[in-house]
Amino acid sequence: MSFNLLVASCLAYVIFLFAVAFLVERRSGAGRPGWLRSPLIYTLSLSIYCTAWTFYGAVGYAARSGLEFLTIYLGPTLVFIGWWWILRKLVHIGRQQRVTSIADLISSRFGKSNSLGVIVTLMAIVAVTPYIALQLQSVVLAFDVFARAAPAAEARPAGGQIAIWVAAGLALFTILFGTRNLDAKEQHTGIVTAIAVEAVVKLVALIAVGVFVIWGLSGGVSGIIARIDASSLHDWQLQPGRWTALIFLAGVAVICLPRMFQVIVVENSDDGQLARASWAFPAYLMAMSLFIVPIAVLGIERLPEGANPDMFVLTLPLAEGQGGLAMLAFLGGFSSATSMVIVEAIALATMVSNHIVIPTWLRLRRSGAISEDVRSLVLNARRLSIGIVLALGYGYYRVSGGSGALAAIGLISFVGVAQFLPAMMGGIFWRGATRTGALLGLITGFAAWAYCLFLPSFGAGAFIPAHVMEQGPWGISWLRPEALFGTDMSDPLVHALFWSLLLNSAVFCIGSILSFPGPVERLQSAAFVNVFEGPVGPQRWAQGAAEPEALLVMTQRIMGEEDAQILFETAARAQGKSESMLPDPTPAFLASLEEKLAGSIGAATAHAMISKLVGRDTVTVEDLMVVARESAQLMEHSAQLEEQREELARTATALREANDKLTTLSVQKDAFLSQVSHELRTPMTSIRAFSEILAEGDLPPATVARSGGIIRDEAVRLTRLLDDLLDLSVLESGKVQLSVSLVSVRDMIERAILATEKIKPGRDIAFIRDTTAETIWMRTDADRLTQVFINLIANARKYCDSSHPAIRIAVRVRGGRVRIDVADNGKGIPKASQPVVFEKFWRLPGEARASGAGLGLAICREIVTNLGGTIDYLPGQGGAAFRVALPLRIGEGGGA
Amino acid sequence: MGTGQSRRVLLIEDEPNIAEAIVFILSRDGWEVTHIADGAAAPEAARRLDPALVILDHMLPGMSGLEILIALRADPLTAAVPVLMLTAKGLPRDREAAERAGASRFMTKPFSNAGILAEVRALTGGGTDAAAGQR
Repeated sequence: MSFNLLVASCLAYVIFLFAVAFLVERRSGAGRPGWLRSPLIYTLSLSIYCTAWTFYGAVGYAARSGLEFLTIYLGPTLVFIGWWWILRKLVHIGRQQRVTSIADLISSRFGKSNSLGVIVTLMAIVAVTPYIALQLQSVVLAFDVFARAAPAAEARPAGGQIAIWVAAGLALFTILFGTRNLDAKEQHTGIVTAIAVEAVVKLVALIAVGVFVIWGLSGGVSGIIARIDASSLHDWQLQPGRWTALIFLAGVAVICLPRMFQVIVVENSDDGQLARASWAFPAYLMAMSLFIVPIAVLGIERLPEGANPDMFVLTLPLAEGQGGLAMLAFLGGFSSATSMVIVEAIALATMVSNHIVIPTWLRLRRSGAISEDVRSLVLNARRLSIGIVLALGYGYYRVSGGSGALAAIGLISFVGVAQFLPAMMGGIFWRGATRTGALLGLITGFAAWAYCLFLPSFGAGAFIPAHVMEQGPWGISWLRPEALFGTDMSDPLVHALFWSLLLNSAVFCIGSILSFPGPVERLQSAAFVNVFEGPVGPQRWAQGAAEPEALLVMTQRIMGEEDAQILFETAARAQGKSESMLPDPTPAFLASLEEKLAGSIGAATAHAMISKLVGRDTVTVEDLMVVARESAQLMEHSAQLEEQREELARTATALREANDKLTTLSVQKDAFLSQVSHELRTPMTSIRAFSEILAEGDLPPATVARSGGIIRDEAVRLTRLLDDLLDLSVLESGKVQLSVSLVSVRDMIERAILATEKIKPGRDIAFIRDTTAETIWMRTDADRLTQVFINLIANARKYCDSSHPAIRIAVRVRGGRVRIDVADNGKGIPKASQPVVFEKFWRLPGEARASGAGLGLAICREIVTNLGGTIDYLPGQGGAAFRVALPLRIGEGGGA
Repeated sequence: MGTGQSRRVLLIEDEPNIAEAIVFILSRDGWEVTHIADGAAAPEAARRLDPALVILDHMLPGMSGLEILIALRADPLTAAVPVLMLTAKGLPRDREAAERAGASRFMTKPFSNAGILAEVRALTGGGTDAAAGQR
């Protein structure tokens, strides 16, 4: 088989993958992800767990250690079936917190600490670089196998040359599809789909080889079973300790490996994917492992002594002359290696660029404003990081010289990434876990891993001197790398796993207990641990499921009512709505709102509060309350102060008004009492004076008569005054008893004229009347209304100073109301006095005044008011003129 | 300035019956009482008559008793004449206002006939037998 043909088919395969990724990206970009987000693709993408190590190495593993290779599959199987809920929690947190990598998860959980991000990133690089090198090595070995089989005449490149070409090609492919655009979710639909295709290829290849081995070489199932029984594998013994450790390790690795975290958490888009994967992924693993043992057995049986068991998958078909099958197997292995490298590179590059390159760049650029396009900066950082990661992998491959069994390198990596476990699990299940604890635990665990497993793996003397390996540093035997504290487990891997994780967890817990979390940490711990509280849906932020009312209420609580109102009105206007409506919770609005709120309560809290309302239940209500309490209390306090101030102002105004009213009343009362006193004392003075004169006796009869007459007149005057006062009091109190009857206006006027005839009897006064118009029947209190007419006519008789006095009485009905005007032709009431004519004790000034107390018009006004009408002075009528307006029927208003 | 021997009294009172009573009482005692009801005419009447005493009602049409009092005190011819103020209003502040304006005495209506006679005698320096007898 031509080596060139192999290279050509490899290139063709890569171009095919390229096309798949490209088409998928385009389809996805058009917004129709459809089946691309199906659980099937998701499950297949998880198959990057099966790297070249699994594809080639599992057979080698089986050939060396029997069924132990199964532990690598059992671990993930147990996790996906038994601890599915841990994955679900991780996936939820990943979606809600927009987690981009395992470093991001841990850094974000512990208060968005970048130092944690850096440490996790560096640890991941150190732990995973050998693993990447392993993939390159497998590709090189595979090429080598074909090269050996090829005719010697054909030129073939050296292993290192192949490795560099593969590394460069993978870097190019990863850069092209891993950094095409910047997605907050860091999802790569094209690459995931390409990986799914590769998953199918490697499964098909392995099954094809297996089928060939069983039915082509062994003569069926019974044949292969007989061969297995006969093989050396039969002697293999189960080591419970190592098995447990390896199953546990594989289960941890499937979560903690950066590439696995990438496909399980970051590339996940809904719970359905995970639910399907929980059984489909174990099924895939089972299919992958089904033919491992037969291939191993046949390889041992048929291939010459000293053949690399790791390459049985390739060498067996080649030895049997099955070039096509070998080619398929090669492509399967190639798929395993490339898919792993691509995803691992993306995952590590994301971590490197997000936690190391960008922060460093920002720090260096601190002096100047950031004016460049940050997007392109991030993408370039990511591209550079991919290059770095692959370069490191290649470098490790060259340094390590391509030695060592594939499986051993893989397990060392596993133990390295397993150090993330305590911080990760503690972070999502224990609210008490702190940044300090995580930091110390990670460093401790990593140091233990490096000291006990990683560094010794380079061989005694490479990094750790042989005498240290033998006797411990400075001769302290209990610090020997492979027997810490004197524990000799005879298995360095189990030993290192045990001690590194134990020390890691212990330091993590003690550190967490002894340290106090910061506010952001507390918030994040709530967000992570309580991720399932409340309704959670995928990508709700973008869909804007928040209630605008709830957003407004929250904003008011933080910014104050007025500012919040203005903000929301502006937003509503910007959305083309009327100001009275609330704006739609569009992503743009939510983003601007978060920005505004961040100014008041800090970015993390603002984000958390909006997340809460948008439906991403990242924090509990309780936590929100704690955060909001201070600002709420402040707002409430100032609102209370404002309220109290207004209340005080209102009270002061009311008091002032009441005081004014009281003062006015008091002044009025004083004036009234003073007036009453005057009106009473005046007649009393005359009465007393003349009664004293009379009491002297011995007076001329004329004087006696005169005195008696005056006393009688003043007594009458006093009585009348008291009557008027009492009458006025009753009328003013509104408790007057009205005796309503049907009565003619004309009758009442005539009675009034008759009653006033005794006033100035000598004068001849003309009455101008229209008796027809006066003939109106109305329901009212006849006596009271007549009293009004008497008052008005009497006043006219008394004070009309015309030489030809005349009193004009006009009656009109309009709109259910009767209008009676009484006017004389005298000089009338001076303009200044007109507004006060109805006040008590008001009297005409000057000589013209009569003996009345000045209560007549006041009584008239009270009577008319009680009858439901009005009385007014009519100015400009030539003389004194009054208008009485009353309802035709008492109790019925009617428009005037 | 009223002359000591003058028996003229100027009465300014708008209530006819009260005026009649005062005129009757003082006339019997030998006083020559001039009564006017219009306040506005009072200052002029006081200048013309040069009375030994002015009896002034507080509430008058045309011009109030207080205004008349102020006018009397402002005029050198009448500035020193004793003024007996009568009022039917019982409030203390009326009394204070009257005393500030220069009223010699202040009497509240109703008064006893003997009381007003005694006040008149006292204010005119006891120029009569009756007055002397009272002292």
